[in-house]
Amino acid sequence: MIATLLEVSGVTVTFDGFRAINNLSIQFPPTGLRAIIGPNGAGKTTFMDIVTGKTKPDEGHVIWGEENVSLLGLSESDIATRGIGRKFQKPTVFEAQTVRQNLAMALKNPRSPFAVLTHRRTAKNAAKIEAIADEIGLTDSLTRIAGELSHGQKQWLEIGMLLAQDPRLLLVDEPAAGMTVEEREKTTDILRRAAETRSVVVVEHDMEFVRRLDCKVTVLHEGAVLAEGSLDHVTSNQTVIDVYLGRGHA
Amino acid sequence: MHNTFIARNPSVLWFLAALGLFTFGVTILSEATGLGLISTSFVKTLGKTLCLCLIAIAMDVVWGYCGILSLGHFAFFGIGGYAIGMWLMYARTEAIVLQNFSAQTIPATPQEISDAIGNQIFGVVGSSDFPAIWSFADSLVLQLAMVVLIPGLLALVFGWLAFRSRVTGVYLSILTQAMTLALSLYLFQNDSGLRGNNGLSGLQNIPGFEQTPQATISIVFFLASAFALGAGYLFFAWVISGKMGSVVQGIRDNEARVRFLGYHVESYKLFIFTITAVVSGIAGALYYPQAGIINPGEIAPIASIYLAVWVAIGGRGRLYGAVIGAAFVSLLSSWFTGGGAPDINLGFYTIQWTDWWLVLLGLSFVVVTLYFPKGIGGLFDYLVRKPS
Repeated sequence: MIATLLEVSGVTVTFDGFRAINNLSIQFPPTGLRAIIGPNGAGKTTFMDIVTGKTKPDEGHVIWGEENVSLLGLSESDIATRGIGRKFQKPTVFEAQTVRQNLAMALKNPRSPFAVLTHRRTAKNAAKIEAIADEIGLTDSLTRIAGELSHGQKQWLEIGMLLAQDPRLLLVDEPAAGMTVEEREKTTDILRRAAETRSVVVVEHDMEFVRRLDCKVTVLHEGAVLAEGSLDHVTSNQTVIDVYLGRGHA
Repeated sequence: MHNTFIARNPSVLWFLAALGLFTFGVTILSEATGLGLISTSFVKTLGKTLCLCLIAIAMDVVWGYCGILSLGHFAFFGIGGYAIGMWLMYARTEAIVLQNFSAQTIPATPQEISDAIGNQIFGVVGSSDFPAIWSFADSLVLQLAMVVLIPGLLALVFGWLAFRSRVTGVYLSILTQAMTLALSLYLFQNDSGLRGNNGLSGLQNIPGFEQTPQATISIVFFLASAFALGAGYLFFAWVISGKMGSVVQGIRDNEARVRFLGYHVESYKLFIFTITAVVSGIAGALYYPQAGIINPGEIAPIASIYLAVWVAIGGRGRLYGAVIGAAFVSLLSSWFTGGGAPDINLGFYTIQWTDWWLVLLGLSFVVVTLYFPKGIGGLFDYLVRKPS
């Protein structure tokens, strides 16, 4: 087992003179849960854009896996097939298609047009879809059109699609946004279970949800790591209180 | 697996049955079988309409399913027509020239024959030399290959450049318009090698079948067009039925999300763009022998826009919708513009449909887009109630 699955080092991104990410270095182990918090504009989303290939950094390295592959210069689809899954803040499922079709599309299988064209439904794939549907609590909704689902169900479907991709690193942007208390609990359970076999990174605004995740926390501020450690550790850090938490109490 | 494909897509079976019935009916009633209730010229109109339906389903796949609003697919249609037209014109002119020479006592040299053919074909643009693109015009097989290869290659190169640069939406539509406009302007030139604005003519005369009456030829082409439409429908229905359909519709609805699922979106777009271009070429190759003439005006940008209008009115995102739209609007169009519709005298002004048809078409396009986004095909949703 390798010690570091993803290593981001010295990454800087500038948008029109604004440094969204400033010499950011951060590592993730092959398994476990990690929360990334920080105020608006701290660079949380840009960080995910860089890792998933959407944004190219000006400087720095992003190194992935056993073979130490540089992810810079790879296309989004290439990075995704190498094992990085991403969940967007706003649930983005394919609303015109059924839950089953959404999951089938995400399921880890060959991705080339020819392979997809000649794809056949198999019992093995069907079983995997059933298992994931069960995990996200959508077993009864498999034949429903995804657009009809409730907000929370869409969030789970998207998490289910990520699990179907079977990524080694899961980037999840504000999974609890707009969820009820019960839905949040269920989401926490799904993420925790997923983190047993893979690395799960949750970007979150909501402190109460982060506390529920009970994991190592990284605080971003102005595009760099401000503090790292347990939630209690970082929340007792004076700088963190000043730039982020303090605002609420001031 | 074929059974389950049909079982999962009952509309395919309905469509093929309707097409078969229609084809059978027209064949029986045509002049070729002696009943003669449908004139030869109308059989040709129907055959041409079937070709338009074929390019319409291609358009529906690329636009309605994949979300690429190509306004240049008629360029591929025209190329298919030109490719087959070159052989038709060459082979027929050759036959005429050989017949003329046969009266001579001294046999003509191959050079003389070639010059005579060149003179016949290119005299109209003041030339008698064969341009390089006519090198294979004497071979039916090679020209048939070009019907498929040239639209395919053009679409592949154009699509690769456009999709690789992530040109989407309106910008892509404008690019495709530019492509078809450029091609049409090029072909208008006398030295393009394809007879400039004269285009290729006499295409209804099939070499080797000089003695066969047009009534028979028309019904053969009608049947061939019907077969091509049926085969094209089946092919596209298969392409969009399974996981490919899922991915392609996913690209239409949220391209970025499909990318993050690990699919190389550009390859998929290129695949869809190219196969629809090839089918458009085949449709064109069947259309123009029935039309008898092809000229650069046929691939003017407006033609491809009409194509989008047919698909929108018929209902995009469903193959039979495209067929209905193309058949309905193009037949109605020839009825109105051909003087079939009676003029309306308002006393102070007479509405002449030859002039006002386009206004009517434009209005119906606006109305359909605003109030019936599912088009005519959407009416079928009321007939087929899904079990709830």
